[in-house]
Amino acid sequence: MYKYDQYDQAIVDARVEEFRDQVERRLSGALSEDQFKPLRLMNGLYLQLHAYMLRVAIPYGTLDSRQMRMLATIARKYDRGYGHFTTRQNIQYNWIKLADAPDILADLATVEMHAIQTSGNCIRNISSDQFAGAAAEEVADPRPWAELLRQWSTFHPEFSYLPRKFKIAVVASDQDRAAVRLHDIGLQIVRNDAGAPGFRVFVGGGMGRTPMVAPEIRSFLPTADFLSYVEAILRVYNRYGRRDNIYKARIKILVHELGAEEFTRQVEAEFPLVKALGLDAPEAEFARIAAFFADPAFEAGLADELDLADPDFAAWAKQNVHPHKTPGYAIATISLKPVGGIPGDASADQIDLMADLAERYSFNELRVTHAQNIVLPHVRKADLYALWQQLEAAGLATPNLDLVSDIIACPGLDYCSLANARSIPVAQKIARRFADLDRQRDLGELKLKISGCINACGHHHAGHIGILGVDRKGEENYQLLLGGSGAEDASLAKIVGPGFSEDGIVDAVEKAIERYRAIRQDGERFLDTYRRVGVEPFKEAIYG
Amino acid sequence: MKILTGNNLETGDVVWWTGSGWSRHVADAVDVDEGGEAIAAREEGARRVNAPYVIEALETPEGPRPAHIKDRVRALGPTVRPDLTLKPADPNAGSWVI
Repeated sequence: MYKYDQYDQAIVDARVEEFRDQVERRLSGALSEDQFKPLRLMNGLYLQLHAYMLRVAIPYGTLDSRQMRMLATIARKYDRGYGHFTTRQNIQYNWIKLADAPDILADLATVEMHAIQTSGNCIRNISSDQFAGAAAEEVADPRPWAELLRQWSTFHPEFSYLPRKFKIAVVASDQDRAAVRLHDIGLQIVRNDAGAPGFRVFVGGGMGRTPMVAPEIRSFLPTADFLSYVEAILRVYNRYGRRDNIYKARIKILVHELGAEEFTRQVEAEFPLVKALGLDAPEAEFARIAAFFADPAFEAGLADELDLADPDFAAWAKQNVHPHKTPGYAIATISLKPVGGIPGDASADQIDLMADLAERYSFNELRVTHAQNIVLPHVRKADLYALWQQLEAAGLATPNLDLVSDIIACPGLDYCSLANARSIPVAQKIARRFADLDRQRDLGELKLKISGCINACGHHHAGHIGILGVDRKGEENYQLLLGGSGAEDASLAKIVGPGFSEDGIVDAVEKAIERYRAIRQDGERFLDTYRRVGVEPFKEAIYG
Repeated sequence: MKILTGNNLETGDVVWWTGSGWSRHVADAVDVDEGGEAIAAREEGARRVNAPYVIEALETPEGPRPAHIKDRVRALGPTVRPDLTLKPADPNAGSWVI
């Protein structure tokens, strides 16, 4: 894992003291809310429905046990004993007092964490594959590149006031676990015919009010041009992005209005000008960063077999454990989606336990996934049973990864001031409706995603089944969407028809799923069947 | 009726204008009629409240009931965490929101 040098630590410490002064001036009345709001947002502090909310950055979703324990400490010391892991691989606290915020940031700084780039019209926290550095099929570890982007983008003076927020994801596998085509910039590390690493570059994807799948603007960008090319993209966007209209200000609108070809031409024209500035990291600097992400000391010669005699363990191992690149090791995903629970929420005790388990079984490392789960990336297969037993005892061993109850849900109207409808109760009702694990397993991979408003923090556009909460004359209403994917087969879900009440949407989801079960062919997921037959059979089942 | 709400500057708590100060309980809210904006400006200027705004509410025997669900959620707390609402002992408190 990356470790701060004196520059990293100095700028984070300085930011804490700057914010402490700003908070004091706000509380004294020297700053109005209009003056203070952009300052607090630059430090991840929002005002939500019930209190201030602090969003803490977890760069590319990677953290160690010491950092995880600090997240638990903050939940206990300053909040109400829990945190909410988000679809941006971050964590949010819902009950923060303004006067405490500087102390929280100071505590975070002691473990090399902060809340910078979690709000505002800047380059946001970089996201990545939660299996980075562990996946068997990976071309290279994407995290050194994500870290390079973090260092380049943090407080970048040219890009601190972009037309709108800007999200970048980096992966290095054909299996896209980070939804790269739904980012402002998506980067996939590949190898060319000569075996050299480079990047496929996707620009102009996103969800929200105007969802778009990003077109590819470069099929192979040499690693030596990495930062120059990304900066060229940002420069074109910064210059021509629609600052006149907040709803058209994301880069996806610029790419769409110009057309991918013309946008690419402009980037390619800008690129040599940026390249001449000597921005790209020297090989030695990249090697310095990459060294932090070297493999831990994996043992050689470990047995690869698993004892699956315990059927409950076997069910969890089948669903929540993935192959590791090293024989004898596995990747274990901890579901934060117990039936009836709140997707992404974890108590301070659970956070502490996950930190302990990472220390004991996963070389101190954890990952946060955009699906609001936690990953232990490097677990000896021989330790999986002991790990599972401890997770089970803490209510953290739900064997439902990528099944219908592994629902992504934004905080919705229970917490969020932007929301129009509650997301969490709908997720809970659907999870209870499909609580039977045999039924879930029979349905197979089924990604269900719920947003409480059009801003789409719950990724409803990317759900095999998506649900969008809307406001209909002051009351909650829910639209059903089908056919989305945030994976390598990215697509946007489409609205099926008129909306539903809270109970009605649960029934509609079940009808759609039962129709799938009735017409699926061998090996088809819900999404495959939908793509084969189109929306009509589902519409008929739901409204007919 | 029209009632005035905002958040406590220091804690972020949801608060309601009582006629002489701020309460965490919507039942204490009073009708501000057309005077809400002036009260809001004065109270915000005095740093007693953050981001105040006037909302429509219905008069009921139990007190004002905000017209919009968002403000009813604000008045109670998160419906999915009854233990964290203002009525933690009432497991059915969430039904008031809906």
